[in-house]
Amino acid sequence: MLKIKDLRVSINNKEILKGISLNVNKGEVHAIMGPNGSGKSTLASVLAGRDIYEITAGTVEYNGKDLLDQAPDVRAKEGIFLGFQYPVEIPGVNMMTFMRTAVNEIRTHRGLEPLSAKAFLALSEERKTLVEIGSRFDGRSVNEGFSGGEKKRNEIYQMAMLEPTLAILDETDSGLDIDALKVVANGVNKLRKPENATIVITHYQRLLDFIIPDFVHVLYNGKIVKSGGKELALELEIRGYDWIKKEQGEN
Amino acid sequence: MELSEVFYTKFSGAYNEFKLEANGQAPFINKWREEGYQRLLLDGIPHKQLEDWKYSDLNKVLDPAFIQLLKKPTYTFRLEDIFRCDVPDLDTQSFTTLDGWYSDTENPLQVLPDGVIIGSFREAALKYPEIVEKYLGQATKTAEDGLSGMNAAFATDGMFIYIPENCVVEVPLQIIDIISAETDLLVNRRNLFVGGKNSVANVVVCDHSLTFQKSFTNSFTEVFTENGAVFNMTMIQNSSNNTSRNSSVFVSQKGRSTATINTISLHGGFIRNNIHVALEGEFAESNLHGLYLGDRNQHVDNFTIVNHKVPDCLSNQKYKGILDDQARGVFTGRVVVSRDAQRTNAFQANNNILLKDTAHVDSKPQLEIYADDVRCSHGATVGQLDTEALFYLRSRGINEKEARMMLMFSFAAEVVDKITVPALKLRITDMVEKRLRGELSRCNHCAINCC
Ligand SMILES: Nc1ncnc2c1ncn2[C@@H]1O[C@H](COP(=O)(O)OP(=O)(O)OP(=O)(O)O)[C@@H](O)[C@H]1O
Ligand SMILES: [Mg+2]
Repeated sequence: MLKIKDLRVSINNKEILKGISLNVNKGEVHAIMGPNGSGKSTLASVLAGRDIYEITAGTVEYNGKDLLDQAPDVRAKEGIFLGFQYPVEIPGVNMMTFMRTAVNEIRTHRGLEPLSAKAFLALSEERKTLVEIGSRFDGRSVNEGFSGGEKKRNEIYQMAMLEPTLAILDETDSGLDIDALKVVANGVNKLRKPENATIVITHYQRLLDFIIPDFVHVLYNGKIVKSGGKELALELEIRGYDWIKKEQGEN
Repeated sequence: MELSEVFYTKFSGAYNEFKLEANGQAPFINKWREEGYQRLLLDGIPHKQLEDWKYSDLNKVLDPAFIQLLKKPTYTFRLEDIFRCDVPDLDTQSFTTLDGWYSDTENPLQVLPDGVIIGSFREAALKYPEIVEKYLGQATKTAEDGLSGMNAAFATDGMFIYIPENCVVEVPLQIIDIISAETDLLVNRRNLFVGGKNSVANVVVCDHSLTFQKSFTNSFTEVFTENGAVFNMTMIQNSSNNTSRNSSVFVSQKGRSTATINTISLHGGFIRNNIHVALEGEFAESNLHGLYLGDRNQHVDNFTIVNHKVPDCLSNQKYKGILDDQARGVFTGRVVVSRDAQRTNAFQANNNILLKDTAHVDSKPQLEIYADDVRCSHGATVGQLDTEALFYLRSRGINEKEARMMLMFSFAAEVVDKITVPALKLRITDMVEKRLRGELSRCNHCAINCC
């Protein structure tokens, strides 16, 4: 589904991703871990189409097509979803108007009829229960004044509404209490389908207790320096990153 | 600076003719006109060397060739045929002026069932001299200049509204000012609005143009709110980009009165809005809200002066603009708090979005505070659309154009939301959206081409 080959990315002439290669097949869950500043969010943003980065080398193929020359909204329509580490507050843009516009643009792209106001509301109600947000967002602007946890739940609610093929969740677990973490993880699991894939970026093993990854990668200093199964996450939890840094230093 | 030769020739010719026409007007009006004319001769047209006119060059848009004697025109069309304002659910009572003349000749001044007197300013001066004489020129006298002089000397007509004491006017009063010139034109229009003690009224003023003729409109409005009155006025500027205007609104407020002036500038080549507010009575409240959306070569200059003359008053100013192409915006907001005006609250904000780097805005807050117990804030911002927000919206599948629309619209909404009449808010929301989408912002069934 997703083939990243030797991807190099800079910002302001500073290289942040230094040759990343990663294959994600449908049905798989990949976890990306790594110390602060290693480039995890950068990778996620580049995949979603943020244009502040300069891609200096490499290719990304998604469902057989070149991903990098697609506009962010086209990528979303093609099924890519980014759950933001820091969801943006957009004062004045009504949450439900925003979601309805998004859902209908994506439906139109997929050859479906736009949802009527009523049908949209029904769908929205159903998906809200998944992340247990009730009517907390109704009548409010996108993320404005939302608590940290509410913002993260809102990301998952949006994901549930847009039904992506490839979901990239950037630290969706940070700032969540343990109950909220379960709710969010539960939501993600319910949305999993054999034809979909998920990339979860996290610092903590505890999320991976709920969303069980097929692969765990360690991103360090712009490179994937280690890949393994879910036991790698456990090892990192116990030993931290020092041994990886040391290994890298030795190389 | 004295009036220049070429203007003098034109104006003096027109004024002599106009005086003959003006026979039959109240003596105090003729006196007022003469004083205005002398003021015009003395001060001339404001020019760019004056600090307050630094950014807006009247001499570029006010062509002496526009000056002609404005007789009451005879129109070959029926107003109802071309102008159908179908403001949805906006159940208004409408009144129209054409090229500065009150259009309803058969019924120039009406007394509505609730006691409101509304209609032609000229007629009101004849029928209710005791009201008109009491107020006329009292608010403008603080800042007389060549423009106010020109307006007094040449004002053909305009609107008069008198809301009696304790009267709550249920439906908004809508004034439609139309420029329908078949030649290039200078229009001087004079409005006088009085909100009696504890009265409540909503007034909507819509500007339109029917032709693509060049014109300059010099409009002066005096608003008086007596003790406890609430007066809301929303002005929608939506004339062709061949039109230019100076719109001066002078507000004089007594104690515990509230006056809210919303200025929505959508179309129009050159727009200068002056709002002077004098808070004369304690616990008075002034709200000035403005939204200007400019593109191509539009020029929109908002100039406000809020004068806190007495203690315990509140003033809020919120002006926002979105400028595209080569459009130019100006905001100058002066807040004066006099020595005695303790416990003043005065807030001012001006926010701008420039969509292209060819667009330009000058924002100048000016505070003159002579009292010590004052809460005052002001802030001006100039920026682009928030790229992070734009990316967030696009990452959900919303295309760039629509995402930009949503952000612009939410930016504008902060001003539109200040409009308290729900149906009017809806209507303006719709017009703003159409304007931002580059569609004609006019009512569906209206034949007027505003832009
Ligand atoms: N817009 C930017 N301008 C300059 N440097 C940037 C920018 N965005 C990211 N960087 C730098 O790139 C590096 C990687 O940042 P990134 O956000 O991808 O890290 P991360 O792995 O997600 O970290 P964290 O675990 O703290 O979320 C950091 O050194 C960061 O300072
Ligand atoms: Mg990050």
